Amino acid sequence: MGLELYLDLLSQPCRAVYIFAKKNGIAFELRTVELLKGQHVSKGFLPANSPQMVPVLKDGDFVLHQSVAILIYLSCKYQTADHWYPPDLQARARIHEYLGWHADFIRGTFGVCLWTKVIAPLVGVQVPEEKVKRNRAAVDWALQLLEDQFLGDKAFLTGQRVTLADLMALEELMQVVALRNDVFEGRPRLAAWRGRVEAVLGADLCQETHGPILNILEQAANKQLPQIPPEAHPLMLLRLSRIP
Amino acid sequence: MGLELYLDLLSQPCRAVYIFAKKNGIPFELRTVELLKGQHLSDAFVQVNPLKKVPALKDGDFTLTESVAILLYLTRKFKVPDHWYPQELQARARVDEYMAWQHTTLRKNCLRTLWYKVMFPVFLGEPVSPETLAATLAELDATLQIFEDNSFRTRALPGGPHISLADLVAITELMHPVGAGCQIFESRPKLAAWSQRVEAAVGSLLFREAHEVILKASDFPPADASVKQKLMPRVLAMIQ
Ligand SMILES: N[C@@H](CCC(=O)N[C@@H](CS)C(=O)NCC(=O)O)C(=O)O
Ligand SMILES: N[C@@H](CCC(=O)N[C@@H](CS)C(=O)NCC(=O)O)C(=O)O
Repeated sequence: MGLELYLDLLSQPCRAVYIFAKKNGIAFELRTVELLKGQHVSKGFLPANSPQMVPVLKDGDFVLHQSVAILIYLSCKYQTADHWYPPDLQARARIHEYLGWHADFIRGTFGVCLWTKVIAPLVGVQVPEEKVKRNRAAVDWALQLLEDQFLGDKAFLTGQRVTLADLMALEELMQVVALRNDVFEGRPRLAAWRGRVEAVLGADLCQETHGPILNILEQAANKQLPQIPPEAHPLMLLRLSRIP
Repeated sequence: MGLELYLDLLSQPCRAVYIFAKKNGIPFELRTVELLKGQHLSDAFVQVNPLKKVPALKDGDFTLTESVAILLYLTRKFKVPDHWYPQELQARARVDEYMAWQHTTLRKNCLRTLWYKVMFPVFLGEPVSPETLAATLAELDATLQIFEDNSFRTRALPGGPHISLADLVAITELMHPVGAGCQIFESRPKLAAWSQRVEAAVGSLLFREAHEVILKASDFPPADASVKQKLMPRVLAMIQ
């Protein structure tokens, strides 16, 4: 069995993995795991003994979690172009520096809007306004650091070429944009950066990858989203209760 | 100027960097940044890390933050033994997997445990509600269970047969709740055996030296009002 990727394109880390694999012509079987249908908590969708999370990579018997680990694995195994994950000591260190910060300031924060606006109503709860406001403030703060401390005057987040760091960041920002907080408005440097990353990736691949999340509110408004099965409710409620 | 490391051994990622550099005989100048005195907020340190966090590394003109980045930089620059971050693709991916996983799980819960159990009541003089403390300890327990079961890894615990960066990052994390007085190893024989292996691989002397400060956490003298005022908003942001 060749390479398999277990993904849901509604998830930011999954999109980073997807767009990277596609862009680099890496052949894989796509195993779609629909989070909104609770497929990550039902048996048979993820590899055995997996935690209930995507993305997951399966390469023969080898099962790997965590988008960052997956991206690094793919770039080494398939010897993708150097600029994605440069061998140069300092350049590579910059990518890890960004990804460490991203884990603390972006990861848990930028995903919240999908939960408050789409998932909460589907499981019949409302996230308190106070938490929504706090999340907005945390997003704004992170965006400012992203723009000032990381991007600065460079073309890309860690240098003059696009890297894994840019993919991880773009997908998180797209999540917020899709939920109608246009983070690029009033931030011309970030907007120009997005344009550069998308130009590297190509319009078709971006559209294909971002389509599902960009349509999510419309689907929700038209009641086209799946029913979340009752067995997935407890986990969803737990996730919602953890929003700070 | 050679290698400089800006650390406070109170901080778990700093301990990982410290042990790693010492264990591998990497020469460095230790620049202590005392968090509880607010030294990370000083103008001098902001020049090094505008984000006001430790650990930070300076190597000539090159400044680097984030513990994982620093550990990997040292690994590559100083050609340390392979077991820390194996060349072999799958073994390496296991280390990367753990280091990506820990940020929002083990790290966060260990940090919260220390603050809610000890630092708020003792150091900041802020009472913590029994509900908050209980919820924090329950989350810690759940995360430790995931860590110990490690159902998503093929190996027993993070690093496999030899110590890796993952083990080091994990053990320095777990010493936070230990410092807070939690008996995390008592009912977890697998975890206890692993921690002893890691300690032995690091060397007891170095291990104890690095953890001296955290193991005395409950004896820290209370913060004075001005320090408390400076630290409070940042602490709240960090443990949210
Ligand atoms: N740090 C992980 C995060 C993975 C993650 O949080 N995945 C989410 C989707 S974005 C998930 O599967 N959530 C299901 C759940 O937690 O119930 C990575 O980067 O791969
Ligand atoms: N992800 C970072 C975390 C760095 C961090 O949060 N450091 C804490 C100490 S453990 C700090 O300096 N806090 C001071 C503050 O935020 O005010 C790493 O692994 O290096």
